Amino acid sequence: MTAAGLIFSNIHDECLPELTRLRTMASVPFGGRYRLIDFPLSNMVNSGISKIGIITHYNYQSLLDHIGTGKDWDIARRSGGIKILPPFITAYDAKATNSLYSTRLEALLGVTNFISRCNEDVIVLSDCDTICNIDITKVLQRHEETGADITIVTKRIDDGSYNAERHSVLVLDDDDKILDAAEFSRDVKGSFDVSTNIMVINRNYLITVLNDAAAHGYTSFFRDIIAKNVGKADFRAYRFDGFYSLINNLPGYFETSMSLLDSNVRGELFEANDRPVFTKVRNSAPTAYAEGAKVSNSIVADGCVIEGTVENCVIFRGVKVGKGTVVRNSILLQDTYVGENVNLNCVITDKNAVIRDGRNLSGHESMPFYIGKGIMV
Amino acid sequence: MFKKKECVAMLLAGGQGSRLYALTTRLAKPAVSFGGKYRIIDFTLSNCVNSGIDTVGVLTQYQPLLLNDYIGNGLPWDLDRTYGGVKILPPYQGKEKADWYKGTANAIYQNLQFIDQYDPDYVLILSGDHIYKMDYAAMLAAHKKNGADCTIACIDVPLEEASRFGIMSAYEDGKIWKFSEKPKNPDSTRASMGIYIFNKKKLSEYLIADEADENSSNDFGKNIIPAMLAAGEKLYAYSFKGYWKDVGTISSLWEANMDMIGSNPVLNLNDEKWRIYARHTARAPQYVGANGVTENSTITEGCKIYGTVRGSVLGPGVTVGEGACVIDSVIMEDVTIEEGATVEYAIIDARVKIGKNAKVGGPKGGEIAVIGADITVEENAQIEPGAMINPE
Repeated sequence: MTAAGLIFSNIHDECLPELTRLRTMASVPFGGRYRLIDFPLSNMVNSGISKIGIITHYNYQSLLDHIGTGKDWDIARRSGGIKILPPFITAYDAKATNSLYSTRLEALLGVTNFISRCNEDVIVLSDCDTICNIDITKVLQRHEETGADITIVTKRIDDGSYNAERHSVLVLDDDDKILDAAEFSRDVKGSFDVSTNIMVINRNYLITVLNDAAAHGYTSFFRDIIAKNVGKADFRAYRFDGFYSLINNLPGYFETSMSLLDSNVRGELFEANDRPVFTKVRNSAPTAYAEGAKVSNSIVADGCVIEGTVENCVIFRGVKVGKGTVVRNSILLQDTYVGENVNLNCVITDKNAVIRDGRNLSGHESMPFYIGKGIMV
Repeated sequence: MFKKKECVAMLLAGGQGSRLYALTTRLAKPAVSFGGKYRIIDFTLSNCVNSGIDTVGVLTQYQPLLLNDYIGNGLPWDLDRTYGGVKILPPYQGKEKADWYKGTANAIYQNLQFIDQYDPDYVLILSGDHIYKMDYAAMLAAHKKNGADCTIACIDVPLEEASRFGIMSAYEDGKIWKFSEKPKNPDSTRASMGIYIFNKKKLSEYLIADEADENSSNDFGKNIIPAMLAAGEKLYAYSFKGYWKDVGTISSLWEANMDMIGSNPVLNLNDEKWRIYARHTARAPQYVGANGVTENSTITEGCKIYGTVRGSVLGPGVTVGEGACVIDSVIMEDVTIEEGATVEYAIIDARVKIGKNAKVGGPKGGEIAVIGADITVEENAQIEPGAMINPE
């Protein structure tokens, strides 16, 4: 069974307004050297998918810069490879200019050309706000065995107190057939299965439902296609039991970033055999630790110069931490410059932020203090 | 169809590097790891690209497998071009004769056809075993300005080391009047860096004449340069001031690695204007554990540090276990140093495993211990300072 991929780069941008003001959800930096799109993209590439469309909407300069020709993911191809799919607006279409798509279904309707021109059997859909390292070949195999129309990758949530907001909850039978689907249910208790929004769809089925949706003026992929057709069409779940996180707001981003300090999480995300996470190569020098540098329980990317103290942090590429400075429980995005004798606690600094000598800044883990791109404090 | 190129670079990468012993058992010297994430050849290739030279022939001979694989299509250096780019040039079998590269000059002679494809005005000859950042475009500009037939890059060396190099004497304007290869009693400290720019026509002329001479050892320093000088050609010296290190010996390789350490290192590779490119493998960022110590060191992505690292350079994917100690050492990629082990004043090649509580090397100032690739050092084992453990 052959597969092509489609990645939604702007979906749920509004959940992370701080980090997505100047970029797409796809290009939000994560884990020291990655952007969020590296995870769905690497998952697809590692599963042998070499034709991947990336649906963009707005703010996608940073994404174009990151993806380039796709070389760093080894899918710079003459046929297939990465295709960026910006909004399609015809020159004289007055309606289109003031109503760019806003939902997943409308986004898919905007790329029907891509979908119908593929000759692959199935399309794999993925969002950028979900972080996991999954072997999609297994999902494809299951999809083929069951002959389902759609196979949705689900994650079992055992902690009843887990905030299910923004998750779609699926009710499954013993054969993993989907019996019911509900969006944004706030009142689920106990154990339940949520959709990771990674799904495999038969291409012909997708074309049929998209045509139907266009004819009926449907807008919601989940409500109008999944929920409406449960029981009629064959929808199945593939249970994924590895590390999975959905980033639904800034504290969530902070928490997921900090979970990388757990060696099990790093193992599942970055050390899976034959499934490395690829990203844009920046050719930074290795990181220099000066005499007197104290670093503990932290992730540090290349190209940094560390002269001070760093504890429980995620440090991105090219960050400078000066002498006498103490950084705790913080995330410093690429090329952040922290001067001397600075104290930072629960702070997220965006790209190129500058913290001058002697500053004291602190947030709380439930509400990290965010310093915008290029801001000087 | 080939487009004309003004200058083509020929990179001599066939050197065995026999004085690196265990480190070059299975690979050529230019492919030896350096500075954590680099290999020695990255410096020359990056210099070419940063100098605007996009056609580079790499001449390989000794143990070329890893080097060929590493260079690949040249993508990491932006040398994957439709016209030009990087090309691997191994010795080949011709219609009338087949030869290994007999010497540096013969290696270029055998590839004159490759050079001719691009119809260059100038040929830049480089060797792939030095660590330095140099703008060849500035050297080419000087070559043109002087109207030279050949320009030799040179650097000042201490007099006691001068007999290891080709030593030249020049007038104030840089015109060379004397050149002697590895002289016993050097009378100048101006040493050749093994970097030459030739006018293409002169180069062909002298290479063809040299090949016809059966007594020649087919070497640039020994034969071509003296012949040109004797014939009254215009040879100029181009003084290079900056970091340059021949890493041909264990101790010089160790020293050059150490030159990268610190927040203001002598060899600064954190240089936005002159990046050194390398082939990457996708690895997670480095992780320093709760009890990890990383002081005065250079550490690469993929490392996991639970123990102590001081005064050392660590390549990608190195694990330093809890209670383990790495001091004044160069550790190459994917080495595992288990709990309680100590590595001091040593060079550890790729994928070595050092067992629990083993002790490798001794205090700085003694002899450097070297462990070749893929070797396992058993638990509690002792490796003496100055030991040379060869993989074969």
